[in-house]
Amino acid sequence: MILTDVWTWLTNGENWEGEGGIANRLLEHLTYTGLTMVFAVAIAIPLGTWIAHSGRGAWMITVANSARAIPSLGLLLVLVMWLQPKFQGETNLGFLLPSVVALVVLALPPLLAGAYSGVSEVNPAARDAATGMGMTGREVFFKVELPCALPLISSGIRSATLQVVATATIAAFTGLGGLGRYVIDGRQTSQPDMMIGGAILVALLALSLELILATIQRFVVSPGLGGRARRGPRTSDAADVDSSHPTPPAAATREQASV
Amino acid sequence: MTTLDTGYVADNAGDIAYRMFLHAEMAGIPLILGLAIALPLGWLARRNRVTRLVLLTGSGLLYTIPSLALFVVMPLILGTPILAGWNVVAAMTLYTLALLVRTVVDGLDAVPDDVRQAAVAMGYPPLKRFVSVELPLAVPVIAAGLRVAAVSNVSIVSVAALLGIPQLGIYLTNGYNRTYWTEIWVGIVAILLLALVFDLVIQAVSRSLTRWQRVGAAT
Repeated sequence: MILTDVWTWLTNGENWEGEGGIANRLLEHLTYTGLTMVFAVAIAIPLGTWIAHSGRGAWMITVANSARAIPSLGLLLVLVMWLQPKFQGETNLGFLLPSVVALVVLALPPLLAGAYSGVSEVNPAARDAATGMGMTGREVFFKVELPCALPLISSGIRSATLQVVATATIAAFTGLGGLGRYVIDGRQTSQPDMMIGGAILVALLALSLELILATIQRFVVSPGLGGRARRGPRTSDAADVDSSHPTPPAAATREQASV
Repeated sequence: MTTLDTGYVADNAGDIAYRMFLHAEMAGIPLILGLAIALPLGWLARRNRVTRLVLLTGSGLLYTIPSLALFVVMPLILGTPILAGWNVVAAMTLYTLALLVRTVVDGLDAVPDDVRQAAVAMGYPPLKRFVSVELPLAVPVIAAGLRVAAVSNVSIVSVAALLGIPQLGIYLTNGYNRTYWTEIWVGIVAILLLALVFDLVIQAVSRSLTRWQRVGAAT
């Protein structure tokens, strides 16, 4: 009976229109996610691959990995509570900017781990062969290490995206828009149809993004690396789970991740 | 951020301990339940390519659902009230399961093939081989996955505070609502401490289950 209420809420055209409508909330949610990922990728991928390539600054990876033990909700609320007063202006940027900063911080660890372990797990023989062929350090990096690291980089991007979608939902508690609004507001005003409807929309959004990114990954990653050409059972997974992925990438990606 | 009220901790010690207990329940019971279900599923996943694909893809997709959404939808599936702690336990069991099926499969994959063949040659029937040869050898990998699940469970459970379900996350939402830094820090530190305790317990159990590693190293 509550299910029919939820269905009515979801299919009622009026709920899709206007500023608080589903269409706009969905767009907001995607905007936060996209904006966050652009900044986070621009920071983490060059940094992570450079650390692995140069062998310098590995402490940053350690710091990022241990930062993952901090609860996302706590980190989000601390950052927003701290930054909100500094950004308080005439526009609603005072809410948006601190939230996006918090989301970027939360997206960094999986991205850094993916970029770092992607490059550092490149088969040394491949690297040596490239050097032997006369490639410069730069060429080795762009023509060998980066393509070989792509599966892990991309699984880092996938788990970071999911993390951001989920945390943007939670960030509605701080006044951010997006689909999380329905869950938070529905809970506060005792409207279960709206609350559950919002939750279902969030889950569908996360699943769709995961499927889209997984499809893109299949096309972007070289077939020899994509997991489709498998090379027997792996044995290095214990170390993999322990060091490079304290929170593993979305489980489905690890098929590709550890090849 | 600078004004830490040390008196707050002393005044609320009983409260903190109680919420820590609730938090430990909601993060810990799912670890045990999730592992208990993941073991047979992991075994099933290794039977053939189809079960492997279905179980691993399914658990991967399950893990993508944001926690807040799962906490909200769970009462609908179980028919429990929204504030019941059991919703969180059920939702966290699903997450743990989603993580551990993959881990169990990886752990069993890591068992060397000659070991498996030796067990077959010694006449071990499949079930006995699984329980007394393959599973013990997979313990290090499974324990590593369990540690990841434990830390992420402790962190995710705090999200349930947004729905008003009592545990340590309530310190975070209350502290935020009142702009009271002390309460926020109490919440974060208590959550980190709990995660650390879980991690240490799993490491200790895993060490006691893998005596063969050290015996092998000694000889």
